Amino acid sequence: MTLQQELAASPSAKLAVSRVSKTFHTRGGRVQALDHVSLNVNEGEFVCLVGPSGCGKSTMLNIIAGLETPDEGSVHADGLPIRGPGRDRMVMFQEPALFPWLDVFANVMFGLKLKPGLSDPERREVAQYYLKLVGLESFHHANIHELSGGMKQRVALARAMAPNPRVLLMDEPFAALDALTREQLYGDLQRIWQERRKTIIFVTHNVREAACLGDRVVLFSPHPGRIREEFRIPLPRPRDINSVDLAEHATEIMRALKGHLSAVEVQE
Amino acid sequence: MKRSLTAILFFAALLAAWQGVCAARVWSPVLMPPPRSVAVFLWDYTFNPGTAEAANPNQWQLFFAVGVTMKRLLAGYLIGLVVGLPLGMLTAQFRSVRDTVGVLALGLQGLPSVCWVPLALLWFGQTEGAMLFVVVMGTLWSVILATESGVRNVNPIYVRAARTMGSRRLHTWVKVIMPASLPFIVSGMKQGWAFAWRSLMAAEIFVTILTGFGLGQLLHYGRELNAMDQVIGIMLVIVFIGLLTDKVLFSPWENFLHRRWGTAK
Repeated sequence: MTLQQELAASPSAKLAVSRVSKTFHTRGGRVQALDHVSLNVNEGEFVCLVGPSGCGKSTMLNIIAGLETPDEGSVHADGLPIRGPGRDRMVMFQEPALFPWLDVFANVMFGLKLKPGLSDPERREVAQYYLKLVGLESFHHANIHELSGGMKQRVALARAMAPNPRVLLMDEPFAALDALTREQLYGDLQRIWQERRKTIIFVTHNVREAACLGDRVVLFSPHPGRIREEFRIPLPRPRDINSVDLAEHATEIMRALKGHLSAVEVQE
Repeated sequence: MKRSLTAILFFAALLAAWQGVCAARVWSPVLMPPPRSVAVFLWDYTFNPGTAEAANPNQWQLFFAVGVTMKRLLAGYLIGLVVGLPLGMLTAQFRSVRDTVGVLALGLQGLPSVCWVPLALLWFGQTEGAMLFVVVMGTLWSVILATESGVRNVNPIYVRAARTMGSRRLHTWVKVIMPASLPFIVSGMKQGWAFAWRSLMAAEIFVTILTGFGLGQLLHYGRELNAMDQVIGIMLVIVFIGLLTDKVLFSPWENFLHRRWGTAK
């Protein structure tokens, strides 16, 4: 480990991404998803990664999750380099990715059963607690296909939270939901985040959503994927997505996003 | 209730048509026996004890034949599953296995299993081994191919999600990939069963084996003796066993899968 890397992975940062690059080789040619991107996330921070599609924000999330390996650079969690997926970093995908062969309760139990040091009654208690937290305590034995889209994502949230990860990685988890359900989930997620104090990295292309949820919004631009700007959102919580203050922040971010996009177009 | 009534009416109509054709003497009764004589055959070969003076020599014959056939079928089918399921998974997982065993399975699945009969006879003689060999050859390849396609159709998001929760290699296979591919595997097992049946009937009709007369052999002797009531009676038994295994062996699985996955109509 070089001195720079060690300093980048200082203990104050929960997650330290330093100079990470990733290129994909597709049939259409090379796509540089990330170009020397660095990002530090503090313990308990809620960070939103925003940008148009192809800006590498999902790739960044997958690298932090350990599902993909960077071509260059390093990622540290608690000062230790990330080598593959781990229970300390749980992921919520855009699709709920729930297992249809298990019922709701067994889905939440899946990750818990893999967690050592718990007795079975303890695991069941934990699963019950989180299903209650997402408001699905009366759906323990429902089949997955019987749930609505919003309920599925609630189960996915409970499943991701149950093993008590310190970091929650969310990849556009609400993108496929209708507006009303989404608003409910913004409220739920903020409440749960305040109660459980997780470090959350949330990927979205919805600027308003990012302004509503994040302490900090990180703006990505594509071709190649880079971090352009960061915005602090100092609004009190819980935040209402329809509030005027929030709209101001969203507009500011949106303007910056459009600026960077047109700059990219001019370059090309 | 309404559904079973429809079914009863349908089969009653079928039976009446059969009876009607026989009564009209369209074909000679030697070629087309009426339902009644088939029923008599079935009665003679099962429960009919005969009279006090002349005991029925054929009593229970059909049960013995079914027993012999089922034993061969189950043994061959189980071997086909035990070898085929893991091979199918290996085929899906490793490119080298896919290029070798996968291609072999694809090729041999296209070979009607009755083509194995001459070879089996020369290798094993008129033994149970020859029967077993033909049934295994009929089952194995379709089970391998169905398992492979089942595993390869598993949505990769399940594996990714499982990995983030700490699932690795064997655990991922047993707890994620296998249950996720279960709908395909069950339909592959069903197909394997159908192929096993076909192979065994072909083998039994072709090959006389002294260690036991199966249904196919009874059917064959019916033809030799020009006893069409026997031929049709055996055919009915085979159809009935097919329906029964479907209801007993596979339907509960399929119903469970449809309920869980939400694929039922």
